[in-house]
Amino acid sequence: MAPQSGTEKPMFGYGSISCKAKSRWSWTMVGLRLLAFLATAAAAVVMLLNKQTKTFVIATVGTTPVNLTLTAKFQHTPAFVFFVVANGLASIHNLLMVMVDLFGSKVDYKGLRFAMIAILDMLNVALVSGGANAAAFMAELGKNGNSHARWDKICDRFGRFCDRGGGALIASFVALALMLIISVISIVKVLKSNK
Amino acid sequence: MVKTRRIITTLLRLLALGATLSATVVMVTSHDSADVLNLKFSAKYTNSPTFKYYVIAEAIATGYSLIVLFLSSKSLVWRLIVILDVVIAMLLTSSISAALAIAQIGKKGNSHAGWLPICGQVPKFCDHVTGALIAGFVAAIVYLVLNLYSLHAVLSPLFPVKP
Repeated sequence: MAPQSGTEKPMFGYGSISCKAKSRWSWTMVGLRLLAFLATAAAAVVMLLNKQTKTFVIATVGTTPVNLTLTAKFQHTPAFVFFVVANGLASIHNLLMVMVDLFGSKVDYKGLRFAMIAILDMLNVALVSGGANAAAFMAELGKNGNSHARWDKICDRFGRFCDRGGGALIASFVALALMLIISVISIVKVLKSNK
Repeated sequence: MVKTRRIITTLLRLLALGATLSATVVMVTSHDSADVLNLKFSAKYTNSPTFKYYVIAEAIATGYSLIVLFLSSKSLVWRLIVILDVVIAMLLTSSISAALAIAQIGKKGNSHAGWLPICGQVPKFCDHVTGALIAGFVAAIVYLVLNLYSLHAVLSPLFPVKP
């Protein structure tokens, strides 16, 4: 473990970033966070507005067909509800981090700024990975069904619902990759400022 | 202080190793079969791609914990270990949440999609899978605590006031 050389060291490293000319490194971070915020927000919104109603004719009594109206909503599945909640929380976190990066250069708490950013980034990576993966396997079940459990697939009847869900999933996985990169960079910053 | 840190991280990794190993083993050995109306109804973990992914992810986490436990205490690799811990924590949370989603459908069904629950027909399989999921959940929590502790221990020289 590197020996600590006084408590001014991390303050020095942190002060040199909040100078007038922001380094290219921190602009890259802001750009990545903005992209991650857009991706998580898009995933949450697309899945939130995912709904499809379809009318099926199941029988014909005389000459009048008997209709059955079925709706596919995201609330029907707890996995999709968790997906929306996780992506919503992660997008709030990303927005907060972008604001702190752009406007809150003086915000600090006992020199723990890099630490809290790194810890929060890691927690949000775990959250988004949980939500995205649960929804991905649920979507795979809806697309292929499960013959062993006698569960029918639903994507052949509700095609638009499945397509929109797939789009939201792709956005969430892109956001997950970006947030992983951001988290790794934050941890590297913490490790570097502790040398 | 370094010794304490080493001891605590080793303990946490041992706990995580035990949890992931038991999750893998319990899920692999879970199978049950039932005869319902002359139909043989057998349930194994390979019937669902989610549970296959769960086994693979937990096995990867077990191998990683084993390798890191036997790593010497050279400080060159520890930064890479901290980053890899984040990746493994992400892998564990993703596998447990996917398996929980599918297991919840198996237990309660989904009336909107016309999916019937299967736990009534194969109760032994359901119990086994529940045990594996609990172990996986514990492993995910332990890895998150390990990450928090690693980040905190790396930063402890920064605290101006000794706790």
